[in-house]
Amino acid sequence: MTTVLNSLKPQALVSTLIPQTREHWINLLLILGLVGAALLAQYLGERFYVNLASRIAIIAMAAVGLNLALGFGGMVSFGHAAFFGLGGYVAGICAYHAFNMNPALGIGFLPEGTNQMLTIWAFTLVLSGLLGLAIGKISLGTSGVYFIMITLAFAQMFYYFGISWPAYGGEDGLPIYLRNELPLIDTNNRLTFFFVAAAMLLISLWLSQRLMGSRFGAALTMARLNPVRLATTGVDPQPIKLMAFVISAMITALAGALYADLNGFVGPNMLSWHFSGELIVIVILGGVGRLYGPLAGAILFVLMETWLGGVTRYWQFWLGLILLGVVLFARGGLLGLLAGRDKDV
Amino acid sequence: MTVALIIEQILNGIQLGTMLFLMASGLTLVFGVMGLINLAHGSFYMAGAFVTAIVAATTGSFWIGLLVGTLAAAAIGVVIEFTIIRRLYDRDHLDQVLATFALILIFSEGTYMIFGSSPMFLSIPQELRGSVNLPLDISYSKYRLAIIGMGIVVAVGLYLLISKTRLGMRIRAGENDREMIGALGVDIKTLYTLVFALGAGLAGLAGSTIGALQSVRVGMGEPVLIMAFVVIVIGGIGSIKGALVGAVLVGVVDTMGRVFLPMTLSNFLPASQAMSIGSSISAMLIYIMMAAILAFKPNGLFGSK
Repeated sequence: MTTVLNSLKPQALVSTLIPQTREHWINLLLILGLVGAALLAQYLGERFYVNLASRIAIIAMAAVGLNLALGFGGMVSFGHAAFFGLGGYVAGICAYHAFNMNPALGIGFLPEGTNQMLTIWAFTLVLSGLLGLAIGKISLGTSGVYFIMITLAFAQMFYYFGISWPAYGGEDGLPIYLRNELPLIDTNNRLTFFFVAAAMLLISLWLSQRLMGSRFGAALTMARLNPVRLATTGVDPQPIKLMAFVISAMITALAGALYADLNGFVGPNMLSWHFSGELIVIVILGGVGRLYGPLAGAILFVLMETWLGGVTRYWQFWLGLILLGVVLFARGGLLGLLAGRDKDV
Repeated sequence: MTVALIIEQILNGIQLGTMLFLMASGLTLVFGVMGLINLAHGSFYMAGAFVTAIVAATTGSFWIGLLVGTLAAAAIGVVIEFTIIRRLYDRDHLDQVLATFALILIFSEGTYMIFGSSPMFLSIPQELRGSVNLPLDISYSKYRLAIIGMGIVVAVGLYLLISKTRLGMRIRAGENDREMIGALGVDIKTLYTLVFALGAGLAGLAGSTIGALQSVRVGMGEPVLIMAFVVIVIGGIGSIKGALVGAVLVGVVDTMGRVFLPMTLSNFLPASQAMSIGSSISAMLIYIMMAAILAFKPNGLFGSK
């Protein structure tokens, strides 16, 4: 799918379109399964399940972002909820001002918000890029446990800010009354919105794959495995890691903007440290450092949440037990279980 | 803004700092000696508070409750260390984060299952109700003052334990070179269990005492845990002195910010705006302080490595 453009030889073309390994087959099945499930649900008139498929796609996209930092870059960020929530709040605040027709942030000369997704996405990318740069710059000055705690603390900072800033709902959150719009596409149609989400997921997967297949990806892998050796070859590991962190933040933030539009609501719970933890759990459940691991993890997590949560109120208790089991005994995650130990990117 | 108000708020800040110190000292010891990051530390805080509330309700004595609660938290710490934490020492930090995150889920949801979601109440013991008169016309809650006193006792006790006893010597040796003290014939597994139980017991003590000021409920440990993380990052991970300085600093800055920032801003801005901006900024204040300190000292104030 991805190397089609730059591989003109017919054999190469065929080999990229036909899955080569068991992991490729599983990746293809995951994507087709998700799209198939959404189409089937739409055909059967099960609106809830169409939205559930969108939810999976968006959560998976957020996890794809985290996977770039955590899985490939070895940076255990416990604060990606900050970026996810930032995206959500950008979408929410833009829509709020567009709906009320008053200037953004209450400052007179600013435009009256917007309900165009493309503009919102552009804003989200710029803001989350800058935020990722600031947080990454400070956090990457440290390593190990410090990095985990500092990213956690920064995310908490935005969480408390979100709670105590009354202009945009504070603790109650901010509703988005009308879903934001895209040119030529009806985003209010459930299935169409699913395809938007799925397309964004595929783009972020494609981007991850291209990045990891490039010189940059090789350097990032080496920055994770052996930064000293990377430095001796003349590549400074810090800017590589920072750039990976920023891109990771931007992908997760974009997923957050989509998530707010899916739910028609944005609240401080998108910024909470539980969500950061859940994102890590999704990446690990799927299989850390595997390209499609986040998708497998998101499918598993959301389905568990829906079905286990329907059976018992205390489903997180069982999630905890499963997670503990995975960490202590099955370290490859779901894809490790299905596709064997051999990793490829 | 009177002197009395300022002193009262400083005392409140020190009282919060005391609680944070009890949490942070356990976290920083466990990290310093075993190299383990423990997110489930807040669960011991919660466990201590629940046990204290139950025992105090059945026996009618807060003090028995406090003792049993602290010991129960330490005992739970021993069990968890024996069954799960022990397997995590030689894993990387990601595995430790995940496993202890899983423990939080299990503890929190397990407590929901047993006790339900309504909070339990624990009342301040008879002897410590009311307030005392301090010089300068300040009247201050006896109970909060007692908490500060307890914090001083614990800090001195920990200092003596670490610097004057054989156990403390082993703990310090363990921080320096784990393999070497194992090779010298110290039973390192028991040492680890003891350190973990000590940390859990201190967290339980913190939870039990705070339980009487606030309500005892599921999830009460999480905000404190995250503030304790800020404390040990500021103080330098592994340093008890750092934990003490960081805890008082964070406690005082947080408390003073919440009270005085909105007040100060109201001199320049309309009252409602001053309230909202002031409260938002003061909620972020300790994190801003952390970022500022780390920008100059990436390993915290007293960090070694």
